Amino acid sequence: MSENLKIENLDSVVVRFSGDSGDGMQLAGNIFSTISATVGNSISTFPDYPADIRAPQGSLTGVSGFQVHIGAEKVYTPGDKCDVLVAMNAAALKTQYKYAKPNATIIVDTDSFKSADLQKAQFATEDYLGEMGIDPDRVIRCPLTSMVKDCLADSGMDNKSILKCRNMFALGLVCWLFDRNLEIAFNFLKDKFAKKPGVAEANIKVIQAGYDYGHNTHSSATNVYRIESKNKVKGRYMDITGNKATAYGLIAAAEKAGLRLYLGSYPITPATDILHELSKHKSLDVITVQCEDEIAGCSSAVGASFAGALAATSTSGPGICLKSEAMNLAVILELPLVVLDVQRGGPATGLPTKSEQTDLLQALYGRNGESPMPVIAALSPTDCFDAAYDACKIALEHMTPVILLTDAFLGNGSAAFKLPNLADYPAINPPYVPEDLLGKWTPYMRNEEMVRYWAVPGRKGFTHILGGLEKDDKTGAISTNPENHDLMCRKRAEKIAKIAVPDVEVLGDQDAELLIVGFGSTYGHLHAAMDEMRAAGKKVALAQFKYINPLPKNTAEVLKKFKKVVVAEQNLGQFAGYLRMKVDGFVPFQFNEVKGQPFVVSELVDAFNEIYAK
Amino acid sequence: MSEYTQNDFKKGQPRWCPGCGDHFFLASLQKAMAEIGVAPEDTAVISGIGCSSRLPHYMATYGMNTIHGRAAAIATGCKVVNPKLSVWQVSGDGDGLAIGGNHFIHAQRRNIDLKMILLNNRIYGLTKGQYSPTSPRGFVSKSSPYGTVEDPFRPAELAFGARGHFFARAVATDAPATIEVLKAAHAHKGAAVCEILQNCVIFNNGTHDSVYDKAGRLKNAIYLRHGEKMVFGENNEKGLVQDGFGIKVVTIGEDGYTMDDVLVHDAHCEDNTLQLKLALMEGPDFPIALGVIRDVDAPTYDDAVNAQIDEIKAAKKYHNFAELLETNDIWEVK
Repeated sequence: MSENLKIENLDSVVVRFSGDSGDGMQLAGNIFSTISATVGNSISTFPDYPADIRAPQGSLTGVSGFQVHIGAEKVYTPGDKCDVLVAMNAAALKTQYKYAKPNATIIVDTDSFKSADLQKAQFATEDYLGEMGIDPDRVIRCPLTSMVKDCLADSGMDNKSILKCRNMFALGLVCWLFDRNLEIAFNFLKDKFAKKPGVAEANIKVIQAGYDYGHNTHSSATNVYRIESKNKVKGRYMDITGNKATAYGLIAAAEKAGLRLYLGSYPITPATDILHELSKHKSLDVITVQCEDEIAGCSSAVGASFAGALAATSTSGPGICLKSEAMNLAVILELPLVVLDVQRGGPATGLPTKSEQTDLLQALYGRNGESPMPVIAALSPTDCFDAAYDACKIALEHMTPVILLTDAFLGNGSAAFKLPNLADYPAINPPYVPEDLLGKWTPYMRNEEMVRYWAVPGRKGFTHILGGLEKDDKTGAISTNPENHDLMCRKRAEKIAKIAVPDVEVLGDQDAELLIVGFGSTYGHLHAAMDEMRAAGKKVALAQFKYINPLPKNTAEVLKKFKKVVVAEQNLGQFAGYLRMKVDGFVPFQFNEVKGQPFVVSELVDAFNEIYAK
Repeated sequence: MSEYTQNDFKKGQPRWCPGCGDHFFLASLQKAMAEIGVAPEDTAVISGIGCSSRLPHYMATYGMNTIHGRAAAIATGCKVVNPKLSVWQVSGDGDGLAIGGNHFIHAQRRNIDLKMILLNNRIYGLTKGQYSPTSPRGFVSKSSPYGTVEDPFRPAELAFGARGHFFARAVATDAPATIEVLKAAHAHKGAAVCEILQNCVIFNNGTHDSVYDKAGRLKNAIYLRHGEKMVFGENNEKGLVQDGFGIKVVTIGEDGYTMDDVLVHDAHCEDNTLQLKLALMEGPDFPIALGVIRDVDAPTYDDAVNAQIDEIKAAKKYHNFAELLETNDIWEVK
């Protein structure tokens, strides 16, 4: 480092890589977050990719972004706005600048800001910075493409392959800006391209060139930043997305329960990565069937469950609509089934790549008849692991379908994941029918938890029939008896209501003036909003619900304890309405947004402050 | 020799209408299973919704009477995770070909080892008499009081189009032939469709009249057996011969045709062209083909899925969750 360059210590920083869909922004972002996590920084990432299949190169609709928030202490969100914006082309600058803080450093590839590029990005003049009101002093203008070409001129690579390395130059430059050790990036690339050492070498060369460029020119940067790590939790870590963590949770639960894992699925954004992930792990005896439709995905899982597997089906909201009949079948069969709903914007096809919490009521009530089903909402990408494990445990031990709600934000977002030790996780004991009931057993005989026993085909003496028609409580035969139906509806409801779930925790000030209430994936943003308000001297608490059905036992007590309560959610008030139904006399303030984007912490704080002042 | 009798597979008192073809089929299925000899606890019978889908309730095996149209999909999950089970899927023409049409074709495309029973009475009975996807054009029913204006599916055509490797047909009242067909389906590894022509005495009585009794079958049906001449008639006096690009019915000894001209049935022929022609034959010009029309070996889905798992288990170095974690890029915070 040159002596006249200031090194500034920061608590946290947000970097956003943006470029064309094919520019490799997700990879650059991933490597940067891994490097940061390796030195013990806390990370939270948010990939923001377009729904277009392949928008024209350089067009406004084809821009893909990857935002990473790194912090010395725990970071809860990928950050509202970025401190550094990398814009690989004019369209990226045009569309992504709105995510930059007013004093953010902007890195642009000047080679991608030629007249044609500017036209495609709908700039009116050549003065793109002026047009957007960007202070040129904050911009690192780098002829990135030409430098990459120069750097790899002797590599023997073709032009197309060379251009694919542009993202690594940008990464190298960002690494310089944040004083990052490149060795970790080198190792990452050597691993990733273990079978193509030439590609690894080219990428490494370009990263180094990007780093050196920053170092030699200082560009127009005023500072180099350093994020020290505080409060490190020792241990071994990996980077994990919510979808991968969900898949891992299923694998872990199947192993713990000693069952084959079956996934019946149909490709759907943003849930498909769960199918991809599980399809890889055949050596763990995982069976995945890519079915002919969503309906078959769920139906085949019901069949797999009947035959004695831990069965799951993965989808997003539109798929839940199609699966609901088979989910309902699992309700009346009382067979274990895990339904993974990675929520996206709706209704109908809606916003396929964007995130919402709008399937809550569908998960709770979107089926015919009295159809109680446990619903769990994961809190963060890494919590998807625990939530999926829990969903499996509840499904298997209570002989019921369970819905796990995640969403595009959690599914695609990533964070550092402390490697779990399966031995620390609770045992999973499905209620197999005890051998001594031989000759006396009927299919709807229940244990003290109200759970019916599981007799898996292949077991002698326990042949039986299950079905979608109402069954007699005692004999298990088809029954249309009105009293029996009433009884069975109540028993199914009671079975779910009796499932023990942990109390909801009140974080922050126990004597708060304002309690923030949320569920699932908004945990990070609501936590950050609470922290900010408390730092400003306000008394605020947060209760984030993970267990939606059944609700924790202390729900009413928590909701009624505070003078003001605001329920904040990414829908038009589904959770607030649900809580009002469940807790007599509960009338909260509401904060609702359905933009398909994560909450913006500053907007939350403004809204909560207003309620606070009322 | 099987250690089981029909009684080992019997359960309860069927609730179908007196005279319903389902009664006959049920008895044949129970007898066939007894002869096949797979234990009741290793057998799963899975149905959808409809009159015929009540069938698993009367089987002393594992069973599921599920939701409308989904039996093939449910049976697929069942078989793939537990390939030791003998899985029978029972549907009617509405369940299997209308609401469940997608699962019907895909189960065959995948060639999963399911015995797929299609009880075809060309009517919706449980909902009290609407036309089905196998009802003929012009069919008058409660939902088509002026006759339908659509063509039916011919199940064999659909099965062959979906690359099915086994297709057989029997008449519900014809117990010996039904049992033979069911046993052949069981012996075949892969998706095996058995179309059972079955009469609905209430809403579509007489739909299969031409072949429903023995006398009718002698005149109007042909029993196909692999490797045997395709002859039929009260005295086996008629035969099927090649006629240009098609087939035709001749009387042996007339018009210069001898037994040597009569075609020999080849159910094992990979090319399904002639098998399809046989399956689509109908009166009055042709006999209705009964028996095993197509029975061709092919890799089954459940075997392939499980073989791939064994292969990958041998190839990969991680076999439990802890080892899976180690396959990731890991760093240590000290």
